[in-house]
Amino acid sequence: MATSRSVYDWAGAAAARLGLNRDSYLVAPGLYAIGAPDRAAPVLVTANYKLSFDTLRFALPGLNVWLLVLDTCGINVWCAAGKGTFGTEELVHRVKASGLEKLVDHRRLVVPQLGATGVSAHQVKKQSGFSVQYGPIRASDISTWLDNGAREFEGMRDVTFTLKERSELIPVEFHLVLKSMWWLFPLLFLLSGIGPDLAFTSRLMSRGVWMVSALLIGIGSGLILVPLLLPWLPGRSFALKGAIAGLLSGLLLLFWAETGLNLLESGALLALVVVMSSYLGMNFTGSTPYTSPSGVEWEMRRAIPVQFCLSIGALLIWVGAPLVLS
Amino acid sequence: MKEFRYIHGVSSLCLDQSLCIGCKMCSRVCPQAVFSHQGGKAAIQDHDGCMECGACGVNCPVGAVSVNPGVG
Repeated sequence: MATSRSVYDWAGAAAARLGLNRDSYLVAPGLYAIGAPDRAAPVLVTANYKLSFDTLRFALPGLNVWLLVLDTCGINVWCAAGKGTFGTEELVHRVKASGLEKLVDHRRLVVPQLGATGVSAHQVKKQSGFSVQYGPIRASDISTWLDNGAREFEGMRDVTFTLKERSELIPVEFHLVLKSMWWLFPLLFLLSGIGPDLAFTSRLMSRGVWMVSALLIGIGSGLILVPLLLPWLPGRSFALKGAIAGLLSGLLLLFWAETGLNLLESGALLALVVVMSSYLGMNFTGSTPYTSPSGVEWEMRRAIPVQFCLSIGALLIWVGAPLVLS
Repeated sequence: MKEFRYIHGVSSLCLDQSLCIGCKMCSRVCPQAVFSHQGGKAAIQDHDGCMECGACGVNCPVGAVSVNPGVG
């Protein structure tokens, strides 16, 4: 198995980040040899998502190790561990199916620490005879960790959420959100044309265009500003962080652009940007490495009713404004 | 995680120190450095840092740690 990246690996990884081939980017589960592993070589366990598999194998140049790839349906280690597919049962099954005990003399498996959510070390020991050793979170630390006798190191056990890691999530979030929300654009564009007279087209060219701009800004605020500015946006709740980002970007739109809209319409548009950004900000809790399910439930219970009422109110005002003010 | 803090006072993480055998497995698997160890026993030093991933509960050999979020 190669430990350097080919042009196909680069292209595949880029497409997966954009969400194009994400659901079918997998490798066959089973045992792989990296370099020329002998009977004492360590056994590293990973998922069959090709981005996970590649990150690991490209971090191992010059090493001789066994790679045991579990069938996680093409999902990364941490997410699959949360769902249980990267788990005790699959690990025990894969150890037996691969005939690992005939290939190595030791009885140790190195499982990435984030796999611990699905893998129970003492159960694996009991069911397969292999003891589980939890390795570093990042594949880039494996080499150092193995070279130093697999001892613990500061910083290898804590997850991070750097600017780079946060920005890598943006393209795929965009892909998923546009796939589920694209219909808002034609719907709200056409609704903006409704009025008391036949000037439908001229309203589309003014109100319709500003509505579409506001939608884009709300989505951009929730999907780009929230991840990038995450540590600096005030509050702990993501709905609040999103709302604040939306308020700032919405105000910028209204002040910078010569919209020609009246106060009522401007207010409705601003509210929609805030709601959109707040909702998408809250949606981002699903992609971070530090938000607890109990916390997400706590803020959803509070934020969703407010977001719902605000968006209904804003839409009524937006559609009603030309009728009332004419 | 120290630089990012989420909603406080909601995590369902529980530790029964009377059952703990001090094997340190919980701190080995925790991605948020929630546990510390004093006098041969585990202790929760950062309850609000817990993201309820459940790794500690699954890997505690004596069932001293539990994490049970609701529907999520």
